Amino acid sequence: MDERISTDASNGNEGEPTDPQRRRFIKGVGIAAATGVISLTAGQLLAEGAARASQGLDGKEDARLQYAMVIDLAKCDGCKKCTKACQKEHFLAEDQEWIKVYKVDDGISGEYNLPRPCMMCANPPCRNVCPTGATFVNSDGLTLINHDKCIGCRFCLAACPYSARTFTWKEPEHTPEELAHTYSPEMPLPHRRGVAEKCMFCVHRRKEGKLPACVEGCPMGAIYFGDAAENAVTNSKGQTLPLRETLADNAAYRLRDHLGTGPSVFYLPQRGRRA
Amino acid sequence: MSEQGLDPKTKRILTPLLRTGLGFYIALIILVGLFLLANYAWSVQLDKGLAVTGLNDRVSWGIYISVFIYFIGISYGGTCVSAILRLTGAEWRRPITRLAETSTVAALLVAAIMPMFDLGHPEKILDVVFYGRIESPLVWDFISVGTYLAASMLFFYLALIPDLAILDRVLPKRVRIRRTLYRVFKMRWEATPAQVRKLERALMAITIIIIPIAVSAHTVLSWMFGMTTRAGWHSSIFGPYFVAGALFSGIGIVVIAMAVVRWAQHLEDVITDFHFRRMADILLVFGLAYLYMTLSEYLTMTFQPSDDEKILVGLLTSGPLAPYFWISTLGLVLAVALLAIPRTRTVAGITMAALVVNVALLIKRFIIVVPSMQVPLIPGDAVATYSPTWVEWALIGGSFAAFGLIFLVASKLVPMVSIWEVSEGDKAHAKDAPAAPEARTPSPEAVASVSVVVATEGRS
Ligand code: SF4
Ligand code: SF4
Repeated sequence: MDERISTDASNGNEGEPTDPQRRRFIKGVGIAAATGVISLTAGQLLAEGAARASQGLDGKEDARLQYAMVIDLAKCDGCKKCTKACQKEHFLAEDQEWIKVYKVDDGISGEYNLPRPCMMCANPPCRNVCPTGATFVNSDGLTLINHDKCIGCRFCLAACPYSARTFTWKEPEHTPEELAHTYSPEMPLPHRRGVAEKCMFCVHRRKEGKLPACVEGCPMGAIYFGDAAENAVTNSKGQTLPLRETLADNAAYRLRDHLGTGPSVFYLPQRGRRA
Repeated sequence: MSEQGLDPKTKRILTPLLRTGLGFYIALIILVGLFLLANYAWSVQLDKGLAVTGLNDRVSWGIYISVFIYFIGISYGGTCVSAILRLTGAEWRRPITRLAETSTVAALLVAAIMPMFDLGHPEKILDVVFYGRIESPLVWDFISVGTYLAASMLFFYLALIPDLAILDRVLPKRVRIRRTLYRVFKMRWEATPAQVRKLERALMAITIIIIPIAVSAHTVLSWMFGMTTRAGWHSSIFGPYFVAGALFSGIGIVVIAMAVVRWAQHLEDVITDFHFRRMADILLVFGLAYLYMTLSEYLTMTFQPSDDEKILVGLLTSGPLAPYFWISTLGLVLAVALLAIPRTRTVAGITMAALVVNVALLIKRFIIVVPSMQVPLIPGDAVATYSPTWVEWALIGGSFAAFGLIFLVASKLVPMVSIWEVSEGDKAHAKDAPAAPEARTPSPEAVASVSVVVATEGRS
């Protein structure tokens, strides 16, 4: 009879603080649940702290700017040789464009071509959302990916405001040359399936004193690259420009600057287009 | 021991544990079939990589994530019925608490698996725990969903203990394995007043704890979108918006489960029209809240001069996915109408509304995830496209099948109506006027089925 549930006090231990085991169990679970809630709140605070620490408002974020890329839109003719040079350098599949050239016609400035590498944001949204720390910022201020840690959640693809990231959807086609590489986040070869990838400003070439592959591969000399501290950027033709003056004199702009991501890539508008 | 001395209502609640009809086997075969198909699809995906999905670098989250959100959402039904209604002392909740709690646990078990489909490296999922960066909303999500799942399982279990003791006592000897399980899991429950008091206290404690946990789970999930910079995602009402939608669809699922169980287990006098109407009231409140938030969300977006928002609104209202947007939005309006108009506030009408709500909100999750990723971010870029492949559909089908299977198995292991909670309620109200009068007369089928059980058990 179901009434027995509450009336069957036959063993006469009512009122006693019985069953310490169960009580401990329940208490334990309560604590576990509370811990969950508390750690959530803590997480939020931490995240805010982290964001604040790496943000730096306008102007200040340039203090973090170490490498700078300047792309002269007046010079780019849209030949996509930068993309091809990058693909060759990094053994990329044809549909994987770490530097992608867009054809733009916004109806105001006329047609122009817009090469888009990774912006190497000073406050990279891709790093901020990465659950495992696979995406990290190295001591040179460059955003890189440690593929040993990447779980392939693609949160970074969702968070990057520049569509700069690609994902290895299928097993990449390997070549003996590519397989010969020893993996490092600076030269993430051989490629792996199921991880996020992107442009890395050719850190590995930097060590050899070479310009990034795309910069070197641009026949127009439209892409300049250099060290912000040295205030100099150089293109494939060996032309070197003073960084700050060039940016100031040519009304340089950055993509989606209002987001506060602090891109390291600057565009010179195609005004007075040459070529 | 036998079922002698049980009142007819309890007997009927116990019937499905002893007798299995043809319908059960048909449902079982269909669900197992769908589940196996999903297993095959997953093996294909594990073998070939996510390339077998329609996902791409631009639309990198698709129906896996959409349906994941949906499942977290429908878990809210149980939390609302069992926790909120318990807290507010709504006595009528008693016959539907077990159903509601089962649906919460089933939904969360499925939801806990779903993100695995979406990962490039599902085998590394625990890295989120070992290497988790607490700054990442995905880690918050992991913590909150995990806590929520643990808390709901505990809730389900605690509220089940007295029933396990009853089952152990009254079920015939031949169900030996199950009786052993009941005996182990009833944990020396003797229904002493001290135990009852403790159980009530524990249930109340977890009731209070589980509400903020549930709210956090969906809020944090919404922040996986809200914390990005994308149009349509970066919205401050996303937390409450997701929560309202979750309650709307979750309570809808409980209503559907009520209708199915009432019909399949002949419990018309236990789960009465009155219960449906109460649930309809709650659905209506959340439906109106959801419509209100939908309006404020899209209207503010429409007034944004930014290109991203303009493109997104265009995609939603007249792009290739626009039919989904309109079906979902009009479906929500239709459901609210069905719930509000007195003529359609019948069991059939309310169940229909619950179905419409769930279809509409399932689509809505898709409409939230995908179009925002289609919006081009770089000048000169095109609107991205995405169409799910059979692998994705199979895995989604399998998820729903798993949800149904958990329900089906649960209905054979535990009573779908909490016997002790109902009898406690009956006792509490014995002094008052008899509850709904129709609740007292068992339907003819019900009587028939009980006699069958009694006859069967008499033989064994
Ligand atoms: S451009 Fe995208 S991928 Fe590159 S650092 Fe910024 S957010 Fe990350
Ligand atoms: S895909 Fe990899 S790098 Fe990107 S957020 Fe996920 S774990 Fe981090």
